[in-house]
Order: sequence, then structure tokens, then C-alpha cells
Amino acid sequence: MADRQSSGEAYWKANLRIIIISLIIWFICSFGFGIMLRPMLSGIMIGGTDLGFWFAQQGSILVFLALIFFYAVRMNKLDKEFGVDEE
Amino acid sequence: MDQFTINLLFVGASFALYIGIAIWARAGSTSEFYAAGRGVHPVTNGIATAADWMSAASFLSMAGLIAFTGYDNSAYLMGWTGGYVLLALLLAPYLRKFGKYTVSEFIGDRFYSSTARLVAVVCLIIASTTYVIGQMTGVGVAFGRFLEVDATTGLLIGAVIVFAYAVFGGMKGVTYTQVAQYVVLILAYTIPAIFISLQLTGNPIPALGLFGDTANGTPLLQTLDQIVTDLGFNQYTAHNGDTLNMVLFTLSLMIGTAGLPHVIMRFFTVPRVADARWSAGWALVFIALLYLTAPAVGAMARLNITQQFWPEGTAGAAVSLDTIENDPAYDWMATWEQTGMLAWNDLNGDGLIQYYNDGSPAMQEKAAAEGWVGNELTNFNNDILVLANPEIANLPSWVIGLVAAGGLAAALSTAAGLLLAISSAVSHDLMKGQFTPNISEKGELMSARVAMAVAIAVATWLGLNPPGFAAQTVALAFGLAASSIFPALMMGIFTKVNNKGAVAGMLTGLVVTLVYIFLHKGWFFVAGTNSFTDAEPLLGTIKSTSFGAVGALINFVVAFAVSSMTRPIPAEISELVESVRIPRGAGSATDH
Repeated sequence: MADRQSSGEAYWKANLRIIIISLIIWFICSFGFGIMLRPMLSGIMIGGTDLGFWFAQQGSILVFLALIFFYAVRMNKLDKEFGVDEE
Repeated sequence: MDQFTINLLFVGASFALYIGIAIWARAGSTSEFYAAGRGVHPVTNGIATAADWMSAASFLSMAGLIAFTGYDNSAYLMGWTGGYVLLALLLAPYLRKFGKYTVSEFIGDRFYSSTARLVAVVCLIIASTTYVIGQMTGVGVAFGRFLEVDATTGLLIGAVIVFAYAVFGGMKGVTYTQVAQYVVLILAYTIPAIFISLQLTGNPIPALGLFGDTANGTPLLQTLDQIVTDLGFNQYTAHNGDTLNMVLFTLSLMIGTAGLPHVIMRFFTVPRVADARWSAGWALVFIALLYLTAPAVGAMARLNITQQFWPEGTAGAAVSLDTIENDPAYDWMATWEQTGMLAWNDLNGDGLIQYYNDGSPAMQEKAAAEGWVGNELTNFNNDILVLANPEIANLPSWVIGLVAAGGLAAALSTAAGLLLAISSAVSHDLMKGQFTPNISEKGELMSARVAMAVAIAVATWLGLNPPGFAAQTVALAFGLAASSIFPALMMGIFTKVNNKGAVAGMLTGLVVTLVYIFLHKGWFFVAGTNSFTDAEPLLGTIKSTSFGAVGALINFVVAFAVSSMTRPIPAEISELVESVRIPRGAGSATDH
């Protein structure tokens, strides 16, 4: 019982770590590159405008997609590692 | 065949399809009515979520708001997609593991309080009703155009159809119908965009065409920046607004996405916890198909419209009244004029229609020299842009008919999903959960339908004088969901906040946000009763549409404070929280 509980805690900690890393990327690509850090990217031109504009209108969406699928794959693996997956 | 008949054919055929599917998959039991028996594949669920999610706001309104504002309205693009990351990582898998039908059931059980459940139901009803108001605005625009009547008549006709449609079936009928609606909607959005992208940039993929070159070799966005600044408007790609407001607005839309009942409910309908994670991803794939195209639609439409009004370039003469009346390329202006959403007026009587920004000092100087007395394109409702776009670009009439059908599909599917969320909140959570626990299944279904009728009547009445363009009204709904539901769900899963904390947090978040919105948009959205405007908001630069993020923060702070001062959660609730965090043991799916 105690064993199952500590493994549950470790699973939850590993999950939180993946969530935090993903959310940092989520934040940097949308609020960062798309809005607040846009002036820093103004030197990189793409199709008549700068990279920040691309991130705001398209790049962030592509990053969001990648993040969700990354999380699903990573978590399904984690579920199995800790033996908490559904049978 | 004239355009009216073609529109009617397309709309009629698509309706016949949806109704056929709804009859074929009619809901029998309450469990089917709410959650389709949990037998839905993640990809199917993703498509249905996408159709449910992409409403009149995404389809009809968003590209128009981007077109006429430019970069600053990228907040809609990031906000309405970024929320799925939060859903997939923070909510969907755990709510599926919990395994109940509605969001308020989770809140009621997790916070072991029928008060919490009641407060959650009230939050859901307020946010969803505001959302339906935005949909009704879009329905009015779409029906007004394709039946060639004014927007008010269009709205009333639309309301009757939405009601009839939503009452037909529950989630199951809706799930498969929504797959059909998604197909109609995405074709209707992308086909005209492909045509226009080819015309302007030669690139068949609009998302790439946006960053492509026009025929003379200049990048499209550079051409657009040039032409709009020549007319005194803000540079399209530049950041003209306030950064803080844009950040808060984007955040409000994101966390609102993760707090909206009709989207979250979708994740109760997948078979397993792992599928809930995949479902959010699939939903975003199907949403991204439209959202990657939308900025291209906006920019290209803005360029086409501006060029139509200045056929000889911004240095030449404006378009003449004679051309508008007689050139078939300008027929769209007469058709839209009858809806009351487009108007022009030759103020200086020179026979030409000058379209420019008469608020810009440089243009005022130029206007004085040229003898112009003001912008003569006196009304261009942003919500008509997507529907008018194929006509402006002179696309074949079947494309125009398809877009009319797509716009209605978008508005109908979301309105139906929302009405379902409202009706289940009332019948399942209020009637069965609180007031009449012994209600029969039949009585529950009946009260669900009555709730739908009331919700649509209120939304229609408010939709006659909407607080903004469709997407702006919808943004307010997101602010309300963001400030009330999202924090409660997050704290329910990730923290051990107690019942009193959750109730206090939800109530403060909702009330503060609602009051802030009413102060700017009028009490209960009645025009003229507002004390502030979004041009000069109460708090610094924070507009009413951006306040949801602030409301959410207040919710978290109040909840933690109250929770730390009151009794900690009982042991069995602590165990519930632990069990929700681990996928194993999720209830098996009902087979169909």
C-alpha cells in the first residue's frame, strides 16, 4: 500500500514536470515571441514582415499542436512506466 | 439560376443532411442525451469538438476583425487555439477520469458542497448565454444575407431554426451531425480562400500565400501595409495597441476556452483517459485548419476591398457611383446594402466614393486639399467580411452558396452545443441535483427542452442589440468562463482548496468580471447604461474583453485565502483528488 502511494506520488511529480516544461514553451511562443518579445525578433524578416508577426498569426498555433501531441505520447509512456495505465 | 436560388439550394441541402443524421441517431436515454454513451472515437470526437467550438465568431467574425485591425487582433488566433494546450494538459484527462456527465457535477463532488455545484451552474449558464448572444448575431448576419432580408428578420428566422434543431437530439445526434457540419464548414472556409490566394499570390495554400508575393513581386503584406497607410489607417502588420491589454486579452481567451462547459463536456465522451489527451490534440488539428487560413482570409480581403474602392491605386481617383451601380464586380455592395450592414454616401457630391480614415490628421489635410468631406464608406460591418469575401473576389456563384451554408453550419453547431450545455445544467444539475431529485427521466428531458427554449429567447432578445461584433460578444463569454470555471477546475485537480474557498473564489471572480463588463457594455447589455467605454476603460488600458484574466487571478487569490483560513478538506475528498490524478480505474465505456 505504502509502495503504491509513493509510486503514485512519483508519477504525479513526473507529470507536473512535463506540464511545467510544456507550459513554459507554450508561454514563450505565444505571449513571448508573438507579443512581448516581438521587437527582439523584428530583424528576422519573413514574407514582407517580421518573425513575431508569423508567431502571432501562425507559428504559435503550430507549436500548440506539437505540444499537445508531445504531451499525449509522453504521458501514455509515463502511465505504462508507472503501471497506472488503463487495462 | 440566380444567386438567391443557389444559396437556398446549398443551405437547404446542408440542412437536409444534418436533420437526416439527427433523426437517424436520435437520443433515447438520458445518458445518450448528455454524453453519447461514452462510445465516441478520439478523432470523431476531435472533429465534433472542432465543429462545436468553431462558431459564428470563428467563421464569420474573426477574419473581419483581423482584416480591419491587423496584427493586434492576432489575440483571437492565439487565444482560441492556445486554450487547447491548457485543456489537454491541465483538465481533460482528469475530468474524464472523474467520470461524470457535467462540469458542475465535478465541482459539486470535489468541493463536497451543493452550494459549489449551484454556483458553478450559475456561472455556466451566464457564460453560455452570453456566448449564444454572439452566435445569434452571426445567425442574423448569415440568414439576413442569404434570404436577402435585414439582419433583424434574419435573426428571428434563425432563432426558430436553431431551437428546432437543438431540441431534436442530444449529444449523440449532435456528435454525428457535427462531423457533417465540420466538413461543410471547413470546405466553405478554405475553398474561397484558395481561390483568392491563387488570384493574389499564385499560391494554392492560403496560409503560405499570406507570406507570399503579389504578381509584381512585392510581398503581399508589404503591399497591404503600403496601401492602408496611404489611406491614413494603421499599418497592418504593426503593433498599434497596448501590449498589456493584448496579453490579458489573449490569456482571457485561452483560459476561457478551457473553462467553457460545451467544450469540456466533449472530453467526457471519449472511452479512456488516454483518449481525452488525444482528443484535445485532434480537436486542435481540425481547428487549426481554419485558424491557419483565417489570417490569410483577413489580409487578402482587406487588400481586395481597398483596391476595389481605389481601382487606380491610392494616388488615383476613387471608385465612382456609376461603377458601383453598373459594374457587375460591385454587385455585392447592393446585396449587402439591403441587410443594413453596408452603407456608402457621396457626402461631397463628386460622384466618387472616397474610402479613407478621416480620423487621421494627415488625411484630413489631404481631404481638405482634394475637396473630400469625410469617409464615404459610412458603414462596413466587420461581421459581413467572410460572407462577402467570395463575392468581392468575383468567385463563381456555387462558392458563394457554399460559404452561406458554412456560415450557418458554424453558428448552428455551436448554438446547439451551447443550448445542450445550458439545458443539461438546468435539468440535470438544478432540477435533478437540487430541487426535484425524484424527477423522472421523461421529466428531466422535458425540463431540458424548456431550458433550451428560454435560453434561446433571451439570447435572441439580447442579440437584437448585441454588445459588439459576434466575436467580441463571444470574447466576453470567454472572460466570464475564464474568471469563474477555469480556476475552480484547476484548483480542484491540482490543489486541495476546500469548499468555502472554491465558492468564494468563483463568486468573486464571476461578479467582479460581470460588473466590469456591464460597466463598459451596459447593464445586462442594455445599450446606453454603461459608465465607461472600451476606448477609455476604467482600469488603465484593460478593456472589458480582456478582464477575464484579471477576474481569474482574483478568483485564485480569494480561493486560496479563504481556504487557508477555514477547515481543510476531509480525507475522502483528499483521496478523490489523488484518484483523479491517476488514469487507472477510469470507468469503462458503454459500448454502442
